[in-house]
Amino acid sequence: MKFPVPHDVKAKTIPGTEGWERMYPYQYQFVTDDPVRNQYEKETFWFYDGLHYPEPLYPFDTIWDEAWFLALSQYNNRIFMVPPVRGVDHRMINGYVYISPVPVKNPEEIGSRVPHFMERAGHYYKNWDALEAKWKVKMEATIRELEALQIPRLADMEDLSVVTDAVGESKGYHLLKNYDDLINLGIKCWQYHFEFLNLGYAAYVFFLDFAQKLFPSIPAQRVTQMISGIDVIMYQPDEELKKLAKRAVELGVDQAVTFSKEWTDVEAALKKLPKGIEWLTSLNLSREPWFQVSTGTGWFHHDRSWNDQMNVPLSGIQTYIEKVKQGVNIERPTAKVRAERDRITAEYRGLIEKDEDRKQFDELLGCAKTVFPYVENHLFYVEHWFHSVFWNKMREVAAIMQEHGVIKDVDDVWLLRRDEIKQALWDIVTAWATGVTPRGTQTWPKEIEWRKGVMQKFKEWNAPPAIGTAPEVIQEPFTIVLWGVTNKSLADWASVQEVKDPETITELKGFAGSPGIIEGKARVCRTVSEVGQLQQGEILVAPTTSPSWAPAFAKIGACITDVGGVMSHAAIVCREYGMPAVVGTGHATKIIRTGMKLRVDGSTGAVTIAR
Amino acid sequence: MEAAPPVVCWFEDCRKESVPLVGGKCSSLGELINAGVRVPPGFALTTEGYRRFMTGTGMDHAVRAVLAGVDTQDLDALERASAQIRAAIEAQPFSVEMEDLVAECYRKLAVRCCMPALPVAVRSSATAEDLPGASFAGQQDTYLWIRGVDDVLSHMRRCISSLYTGRAIAYRAHRGFGDAEVAISVGVQKMANSFTAGVMFTIHPANGDRSVIVIDSNFGFGESVVAGEVTPDHFVVNKITLDIIDRRISQKELCYTVDPVTQKSRAMEVPFERQRVQSLIDDEITELAWMGKQIEKHYGCPMDIEWAVDKDLPAGGNIFILQARPETVWSAKSQSAVAAAGGSAMDYILSGMLAGKKVS
Repeated sequence: MKFPVPHDVKAKTIPGTEGWERMYPYQYQFVTDDPVRNQYEKETFWFYDGLHYPEPLYPFDTIWDEAWFLALSQYNNRIFMVPPVRGVDHRMINGYVYISPVPVKNPEEIGSRVPHFMERAGHYYKNWDALEAKWKVKMEATIRELEALQIPRLADMEDLSVVTDAVGESKGYHLLKNYDDLINLGIKCWQYHFEFLNLGYAAYVFFLDFAQKLFPSIPAQRVTQMISGIDVIMYQPDEELKKLAKRAVELGVDQAVTFSKEWTDVEAALKKLPKGIEWLTSLNLSREPWFQVSTGTGWFHHDRSWNDQMNVPLSGIQTYIEKVKQGVNIERPTAKVRAERDRITAEYRGLIEKDEDRKQFDELLGCAKTVFPYVENHLFYVEHWFHSVFWNKMREVAAIMQEHGVIKDVDDVWLLRRDEIKQALWDIVTAWATGVTPRGTQTWPKEIEWRKGVMQKFKEWNAPPAIGTAPEVIQEPFTIVLWGVTNKSLADWASVQEVKDPETITELKGFAGSPGIIEGKARVCRTVSEVGQLQQGEILVAPTTSPSWAPAFAKIGACITDVGGVMSHAAIVCREYGMPAVVGTGHATKIIRTGMKLRVDGSTGAVTIAR
Repeated sequence: MEAAPPVVCWFEDCRKESVPLVGGKCSSLGELINAGVRVPPGFALTTEGYRRFMTGTGMDHAVRAVLAGVDTQDLDALERASAQIRAAIEAQPFSVEMEDLVAECYRKLAVRCCMPALPVAVRSSATAEDLPGASFAGQQDTYLWIRGVDDVLSHMRRCISSLYTGRAIAYRAHRGFGDAEVAISVGVQKMANSFTAGVMFTIHPANGDRSVIVIDSNFGFGESVVAGEVTPDHFVVNKITLDIIDRRISQKELCYTVDPVTQKSRAMEVPFERQRVQSLIDDEITELAWMGKQIEKHYGCPMDIEWAVDKDLPAGGNIFILQARPETVWSAKSQSAVAAAGGSAMDYILSGMLAGKKVS
């Protein structure tokens, strides 16, 4: 299989973007002036991380990429000593992230890492539940610290208390320090993110691997079904909406909750009713922390939380109120899911012929079940709760920069690297202290305007799915489970060069996410704010879904996503609801339009478009 | 005194232990019927019937006489002897008593199916140890769409004569079986008027996966699939959940069906616009797979099954099992364990990591 040489791809600079490299960390560049590094980059296989980054990264948003670059790699390579693999290396072309697992090539070194891995990973697997409880404490403390972090505005005259309390520090210093603290908390939170995740995925990957060796045709969705029905907090935000919907009906305020799609109208109406105030009290209890759930994946600055966009949870509550009043049961069918899980597990287990294989199956299944809650729950703590608070703290920083004229608009801040923001804050703080104008008021707005143009051009660029030299073997568990790097995906990537006319495509292939076949009309929703348009029984076509999309699933007949595997939110929820899902199609939202007639086969992973 | 074995026997009176009396095929049909599987009804001419035919008509002596001077190493001589014997058997009427017994069964079968001159399939049912593999004499002697008792009787004789192909004679000589020890049974079964038919394995024939059921199907009678004359439609069904996890619809250029004029089965071209149409609908695939699962459960081992969808009957009662036998290829292999030495989750994760995943 032939893939383009990374340096050739990079050399074809998009006109008007010359110099874009300065928007990102220098170590992310493919280089030509360092022969050793250049050779390594050519011989390495790089694939585009479309799973996390459907769009080019804004300079500031690169923070999470750097955070996981460090965290994943250190746990693999320096902490758990995964025998055959070091970390995952990162590069960037035109704002798109390319990654590559780095193998340990020397067999002796692999061998010498084995006992360390067994001891270290073994410790975590053995003490999983106790260590996970400790993790929650650490993580919650980190989030509390973030919430308490002050981003101080710079006053013309410092408060008298600075003198009377002999503080000895200015707000200018606090701004610089607290910005650093904010960034450090973010990096720390991602340290915790990966404490368990590699091991969690490894347990899942090798349970899947074992099941597929026993049953070569077993669909991955059936393997994940064997670890379903376990309570995870990632579903709690949706549970809160259901609770609030029922409460509204109970209190008789459902009309006030449903009369408008605008939260401000609804809130004003409720405040006039005594029962409405009671309902608002229940709502406020639910909001912390459950409404910190992001409306997107949480990875990007534009993923706002429910708390930031109350119209989104309101729409969900309204959907559930309608169902409750129709007498539809809106509870998750947990008992049914568990009964089916147990039946399927027992039947597969019953087909295993050898005693030692049955024992191994039990061991691996038990391990996968143990790790499952963490694999799901970390998302709520990190990508949702922490990130939602973090993005808003950054908006406070941006507001100060705007106030001092260094940026024109709060959202301009995302076009700066985090170290550039630190520089700009120094500029602002010293100018504030001195009583002069920051130099950045003249330089940054121009640079930001140019960067906006670059970002637009990057968005229009088609990132090749893979570049460099294809490997023979992949051992990094993430690469396999998250990005699904297999023979087939490599072949698909090699052939993707010849793009068909999207107007003539009649079939899309994805992963079989949830079984069943259904025909119906498509509704393309690019963001969760569009799910209000869904009609009963329509087929939802989305870039990806997250827990804030949950209420939409009460309405739809099937779901198709661009990104995600059998463990993705859409696949898991569809399996619970017993409706088909085809996930990870790559580009369904670009090809399918609202109103098209579709046939979704969630057992084979095929979507047919009637033209 | 023990009663003499019957000359004819209804399928429902056969069990899997009935092989010496009615051969493998008919005993397995009886077993299926008694397990509650939907099988087209029918009856067998038993091995006792066969013996009576051979001795009662003096055919046994005639056969021995022909074979006496034949050098079993000389293939040409063997083929000449075989042709002579087979012609003699096929020309030899049954006794009136046996003809009456067969005719009475055929009449009762026609009444049961509410169809005069009921079309039937006539197939030999070998008592396995006498013949070199069931596929040799057993499978090939299947005559489809036979109507009327005279035709039934003559095709029964053709099945009987299949015991005396050159290869079968040579095989018995080589193995030291006397010709007097061999016997054959003939099954007469209501012909399913197949809209679609084919085969089903309750194990993946390509990789031995026991968690799937694999179905191959084509329009018309199953012969086109069994003989490999077309690339059939191919479905893989999850045995545990009965959903279709893979499907390949192929271009099916020919099928076997009944010529309305001659009332004989013949190959015909599938109309072009139907060639790429899925030959079995999803509900039928699911029902068929469910039946396959029940049959496997009854026998306790992976099965190789022939089936048909009858076009004269309504959905829900139109899928029939024509044949079921234990799968032999994968069952004969001894599988090695997949588990890692040590057997803990950590042991497997480590060994899996060290092996890695081949990607190119």
